Amino acid sequence: MSSSNSVTERLFNGLIKENPTFVLTLGMCPTLAVTTKAMNGLGMGLTTLAVLALSNLIISLLRKVIPDRVRIPAFIVIIASFVTILQLLLEAYLPSLNKALGVYIPLIVVNCIILGRAEAYAYSHPPIASLFDGIGMGLGFTVALTAIGAVREILGQGKIFDIGIMPNGYVPIAIFGLAPGAFFVLAFLSALQGFVKLRLAAKGKDVSHFKSGCLEGCASCASAGICKGEPAFYDTSAKENTGDKKEGE
Amino acid sequence: MDSIKELLVLLISSSLVSNVVLSQFLGLCPFLGVSKKIKTSSGMGAAVIFVITLASAVAGAIYEFVLVPLGIEYLQTIVFILVIAALVQFVEMFLKKAMPALYEALGVYLPLITTNCAVLGVALTNVQKEYGILTGIVNGFGTAVGFTIAIIILAGLREKMEYNDIPAPFKGMPHVLLTAGLMAIAFCGFAGLL
Repeated sequence: MSSSNSVTERLFNGLIKENPTFVLTLGMCPTLAVTTKAMNGLGMGLTTLAVLALSNLIISLLRKVIPDRVRIPAFIVIIASFVTILQLLLEAYLPSLNKALGVYIPLIVVNCIILGRAEAYAYSHPPIASLFDGIGMGLGFTVALTAIGAVREILGQGKIFDIGIMPNGYVPIAIFGLAPGAFFVLAFLSALQGFVKLRLAAKGKDVSHFKSGCLEGCASCASAGICKGEPAFYDTSAKENTGDKKEGE
Repeated sequence: MDSIKELLVLLISSSLVSNVVLSQFLGLCPFLGVSKKIKTSSGMGAAVIFVITLASAVAGAIYEFVLVPLGIEYLQTIVFILVIAALVQFVEMFLKKAMPALYEALGVYLPLITTNCAVLGVALTNVQKEYGILTGIVNGFGTAVGFTIAIIILAGLREKMEYNDIPAPFKGMPHVLLTAGLMAIAFCGFAGLL
């Protein structure tokens, strides 16, 4: 899928081809939790972008030093360090954003996009390509979160980036700003993904890189490296998907 | 007496009112992934109750007796994630040796819990809200019970809907998310409880 490692190819890959939210369906917790407003989505996306780019760079630089057996704990320590740095910076310079995002900032550590890219790309590719892979994936995540946040803010409050855009007679659908709205918006996005996937498949195109998150088993899940491939109780499709990935364990 | 009442209120609020999955969106991966059958989801729920309660006790103790005296509270994220990962491994080994029957029941779910964001989320929330160790354990237990309630209800609904005629693009993830959304509306009703 990613034979070319040029900078532009990496950025395009993260933004469109393997968009972490719309195509790979990774990192669902923050996607649902912080997208009540476009601004929060943007803030969360940019914070994740910074962590993703920096951790990809460092992991790629250290890829020959980190022993294979302890790579996952090593990744987690590197990622957690950057998250802590970012959290302290946000607390100091953007306290209002830090307050709005709350516990979801430290929880970037367990965002499966970051561990997933470390495992799938940075650990086996040179530093510059890895850095731009992180930036591309981060941008894809940021665009997705901002878009979902914008939809929920328009429907739920009649505003976008806190600026009212709907006509005066518009009655906001409050539920889109609340928890259930997040599930509904994501459900329709996911159905749209399924629709595009079916259309492409009908035209005979390869749709194997479209995933539906954890429902499709360990293939798209960062925890796969830790859980030693016990996808028995996930969907049946999980088994053949993870078969080739597990030989290193 | 007063404090027992407070703990009970906290238990209800953490399990029902601010349900961990349906209003805080933590632990979504196992919620969506392991909710196909009631049997597996109740196994997952039991494992989550076990690990979260233990992890909030250990994380609370480490925060109070190691991080605070040394003045390195800002390292909480790194320390907690490592403690949780080590704890899960340790629990797995201990259960395998000492309680094989329990290991049979929970074994396969334990490794999956390491990166369950609910575990880290509870540990961090306990610190942010300045709960003591006991209050933290109660909060952790309540949160995990809430997770179990939600995942078993979802599994029950999914078992019923297994053979329904759903439009092709809505099969799989979208229809599970819609179900979860309707459940979240129902759980909004608990807001009036406290």
